[in-house]
Amino acid sequence: MWSRQRGRLKPLCCGVEELRCRRREREAALRKARREQQLVSKRLLRDEALEEAEEGCVAMIFGEAEIQQFLQLAQRGTEEKEREGALVSLRRGLQRPETQQTFIRLEGSIRTLVGLLTSNQALLQLEAARCLHELSHSEQSAVVEACLPATSYLLTYLSGHSSDFISPHLTVLEALGYALSQLLQAKEAPEKIIPSVLGSTLPQHMLQLLQPGPKLNLGVAVEFAWCLHYIICSQVNNALLITQGALSTLGLLLLDLAGAVQRTEDAGLELLACPVLRCLSNLLTEAAAEAVGGQLQLRDERVVAALFILLQFLLQKQPSLLPEGLWLLNNLTANSPSFCTSLLSLDLIEPLLHLLSVSNVVSVLVLTVLCNVAEKGPAYCQRLWPGPLLSSLLDTLAFSDTEVVGQSLELLQLLFLYQPGAAQAFLQQSGLQALQRHEEVAQLQDRVHALQQTALHG
Amino acid sequence: MQLPPALHARLAGAPGSAEPLPVERDPAARTAPFRFAPRPVRFPREHDFFEEGDVQRHLYLQDVLMQVGGAPERPRVPEFTCQVAGCCQVFDALEDYEHHYHTLHRNVCSFCKRAFPSGHLLDTHILEWHDSLFQILAERQDMYQCLVEGCTEKFRTSRDRKEHLVMRHLYPADFRFDKPRKSRGPVMPGAAEQVLAEALGDDGVPSEGDAMEVCSEHVEPPPVPAGERRAYSHREMNSCPSAALAQLPRIWPERYHLPSVLVKVPREDLKGPRREISTSNGGSSAALWRCCRASPPRHGGPRTLARATLHVAGL
Repeated sequence: MWSRQRGRLKPLCCGVEELRCRRREREAALRKARREQQLVSKRLLRDEALEEAEEGCVAMIFGEAEIQQFLQLAQRGTEEKEREGALVSLRRGLQRPETQQTFIRLEGSIRTLVGLLTSNQALLQLEAARCLHELSHSEQSAVVEACLPATSYLLTYLSGHSSDFISPHLTVLEALGYALSQLLQAKEAPEKIIPSVLGSTLPQHMLQLLQPGPKLNLGVAVEFAWCLHYIICSQVNNALLITQGALSTLGLLLLDLAGAVQRTEDAGLELLACPVLRCLSNLLTEAAAEAVGGQLQLRDERVVAALFILLQFLLQKQPSLLPEGLWLLNNLTANSPSFCTSLLSLDLIEPLLHLLSVSNVVSVLVLTVLCNVAEKGPAYCQRLWPGPLLSSLLDTLAFSDTEVVGQSLELLQLLFLYQPGAAQAFLQQSGLQALQRHEEVAQLQDRVHALQQTALHG
Repeated sequence: MQLPPALHARLAGAPGSAEPLPVERDPAARTAPFRFAPRPVRFPREHDFFEEGDVQRHLYLQDVLMQVGGAPERPRVPEFTCQVAGCCQVFDALEDYEHHYHTLHRNVCSFCKRAFPSGHLLDTHILEWHDSLFQILAERQDMYQCLVEGCTEKFRTSRDRKEHLVMRHLYPADFRFDKPRKSRGPVMPGAAEQVLAEALGDDGVPSEGDAMEVCSEHVEPPPVPAGERRAYSHREMNSCPSAALAQLPRIWPERYHLPSVLVKVPREDLKGPRREISTSNGGSSAALWRCCRASPPRHGGPRTLARATLHVAGL
């Protein structure tokens, strides 16, 4: 179920170091694009060289008559090659926005495309999916919206397949998920598109495609998890998603992911972990996430176990995603004595402390989670003590980042308050010297002095 | 990061939550200058917190493009015939065969040989077409269930349901899900196309009667055990054409089927002036985390619900 079908790799014609360098450049370019609000994956960035080398021609603008011809040929041609060829030509044409516009305005064109997407000929289905991809890249939301109505029908058609054998169906499903994710990223999505998506049966379909089980396909799940993320972080009506079982589905998926990372090497699981972590974290902030009595609907302590297994995995594979995992941990523990207790009883404090040296953001998050535990009172602080906590705190006090130090001071205060002997131990380990360093820092002064007082005078 | 060995066992264990330790707060805890209060945090879509994950997502999309490039090579195998009795379709690529098998042989009704894209639709068909009790009940109540999973509407007639599917769920007006089995004998390329063309409304007349109806030649099914109502029930039985495949050369290709045209490498001038870019590891300010709180702290009085308004500036 978790095996992901990888694209066939082209033979390497350059060294590993060069690849790494290129990747760093690409990363930097993407960061820049995001900061300039231009990181919308729908932007088709044409690599002319690649196009010409492989296809030998530049996309033309097609008019109505031509599009019609291609569609008819694709639909009714006698030769398979001919039909496929027609779709290939159409797809190339659809790289041009003018052709896209003409296409969606042509009567019956989407319907024909839908028919081809559900064809019993694998190649036609694949090419039709590529056409859908082209359309979903359009800068013009009208084009992408034109594809939206077909989604419900297509999902019904595609929803029964087994992941092992129906590759064209999977391709179409992925294309659908991808097209939808493009649509949901549009600037006007929260006002115009997301409300209508939420009013349809699409969310239920999406959640179904995210159910763990033998039918789960990683590529498909990734696309629809991102769709869900764009919907949720737009905060239009998350309560509705919760009533449809989003929390429980995503929770189960998290458990499944944790199981999978233990078994599979390098399957791209972090691609799915990221949106799942985000969805869960944001959903947990909704009032609807709480059941009667203030307890979280999502209560299963296996979620904590799963999260730590994922944190370990991310530490190896993609440390830059650690903050996202810790964000979820914060949201789980903030108002939940039960989850805080789980952290203690499952012996997870020490692994957590281990993450303190990764980065400043990660350190602040770890300290915040520890504060979540400590602030619940003496019974909790008792279980945090003794142990490596004090020496870790002395280490973090040596950081220069104000946020990290500030959070350390908050934690210290809680420990001094709830754990007898903590202040003493702190003094004995040269805690005062550690504090002194920050006496002049505006943001920290007051707290530093207060702690010094407490340590010395009780 | 060493995890306690019992953790994996816990993951595999039963659901359950920890009995919480007693909570006992001292009001001195939140006295100035200290201000920590536990709170769940939410981030809106454009927040910088998401930068890393977003960048990784786009790298992935670019990678897929680079890997796939143009149309994927399709490995050819020596020609072989579909093994299902009565079907003589010939193939020279495994992908085509798997598609053919699923579309035409997998979810097949053993009563009337119609093929369906999914088990769900097959079940619905059997219920509506081959269950006499259904017909009796349908005279008195709405029995035709909407085909869209998650929609609970039921209808008196199949035509009403079809109208609902078209109007409410925007199905194509001439949709159909069932496909007839192919006739015995050499495959006539026109046959399947004919059905498809009709489905797409070539004849200009919407199909009458039931949306899933079809009429064509049928073939004797492979012998099914008595009492077995469908051509497949459990995965183990007929879930894959493995028997047929066992005879074929074992070169099942590994492919990632994502169409090729996705995000490409940006052609920006990388040498141009650019903003300071912080690396992912430690450079970014931890103040990032402090933005965007959800509801105010819960202790003491009733919770106030802070909804769509988000406080970006920190507190």
